[in-house]
Amino acid sequence: MVTRLEQPRGGFNFDNFQRNVSLEQKGIRIPKPIKTGTTIAAIIYKDGVCLGADTRATSGPIVADKNCAKIHYLAPNIYCCGAGTAADTEFTTALISSQLELHRLTTGRQTRLSTARSMLCQMLFKYQGHVSAALIIGGYDVNGPNLYSVMPHGSVDNVPFMTMGSGSLAAMAVFERSWRKDLERQEAIDLVKDAIDAGIFNDLGSGSNVDINVIEKDKVDIYRNYYKPNERAPKEKVYKFKRGTTPILKESIKDILVITEGVEAMDIS
Amino acid sequence: MDYNGGTVLAMAGKNCVVVGSDKRLGVQNLTVSTEFQKVFPVTEKCYIALPGLATDVQTLSELFRLKCNMYKLREEREIEPLTLANMISSTLYGRRFGPYFCEPIIAGLDKNNKPHIYGMDLIGCLNYPDDFTVAGCAEAALFGMCESLWEPDLEPDELFETASQALLSAADRNSLVGWGAVIHTM
Repeated sequence: MVTRLEQPRGGFNFDNFQRNVSLEQKGIRIPKPIKTGTTIAAIIYKDGVCLGADTRATSGPIVADKNCAKIHYLAPNIYCCGAGTAADTEFTTALISSQLELHRLTTGRQTRLSTARSMLCQMLFKYQGHVSAALIIGGYDVNGPNLYSVMPHGSVDNVPFMTMGSGSLAAMAVFERSWRKDLERQEAIDLVKDAIDAGIFNDLGSGSNVDINVIEKDKVDIYRNYYKPNERAPKEKVYKFKRGTTPILKESIKDILVITEGVEAMDIS
Repeated sequence: MDYNGGTVLAMAGKNCVVVGSDKRLGVQNLTVSTEFQKVFPVTEKCYIALPGLATDVQTLSELFRLKCNMYKLREEREIEPLTLANMISSTLYGRRFGPYFCEPIIAGLDKNNKPHIYGMDLIGCLNYPDDFTVAGCAEAALFGMCESLWEPDLEPDELFETASQALLSAADRNSLVGWGAVIHTM
């Protein structure tokens, strides 16, 4: 056991796979992984790209997280919106961003979008769609602002505007209505906000707040919770219980002893 | 998740956290044990709660105990809650295509005694709530209870009452959960 822990092998471990199949055949209900159930949208405007995402994560009908972040960091000039299975989007983007960091350290150059795009789509294609991450990569490199969408099976698109996730239809409707070439910065932010807003209110898988990222040449602005259309009203009453409401059958108190080691400064007064 | 029953929750308050679980172990509707441990200490100020399939609960608790002991020997310091959460999360994601049926919750105080709670799904998708996190069999009922009972900046004994009332009320409405509860206040 210890030797296996000391030398972890790369890749996924399938040890439990056969067991899980037989448990499922016996009729044991398997817990569902958290999905993002997302609206993500992004556009290219006059001097940069604007990425947007909602902040709801769901497991089945239950809202697992009301304010999660779906815009992931890939490189200082590249960010990425993720839809699909939440753990997959989180871990694939983290893996690629660490590989890109090493790539920057060896080449000494700014990361290009096409590098990030190729690494992501090669990884997703390798897993034949089983790693279900649908991504929109946006950034600014030597070729100017660019947007790529990567599907879970590894196909790539280079587009001026894109939406993904379960709310993509609602968001795309807004883009198709109002998108123009060379929008101004504020116009672009407003359009992406409206697209995500359409997803939040017309798609059950999306909800809560709007996150916006704006990437320009040598400048990234991160607006976490840029727009909050679903703020909860404050409670009118306090629902605290009186102390001693819950019957305690057994109680044990552990004192924490803090031991500090080190050299104390000499008293020279 | 329904096979052995069991549910857990964690809540954050003012410079304090609580983490708790029910005590039942069953095989579907048959209760097997009323003293089943689901919350495991990692350090003096940090606990992991492991609801789910009992065999995986025990496998994982031993695996994390090993990993935390190795960390302590290598680093000569106690593991911090965020480090622990990321260790558990990547362990679970390593089994993306053959997961353990367990949705861990991590609760603890860091070296500055700041409260931390983390929840995740069975393949290691972390979430970082600042209020509460729940998992297990009575997850839906607990979400409702916590959403209405939790409020910001509760003192340790107020937080204990809020958490235990939420847990006991949710347990009363789920036949696979119950037989008392354990709450750890830090």
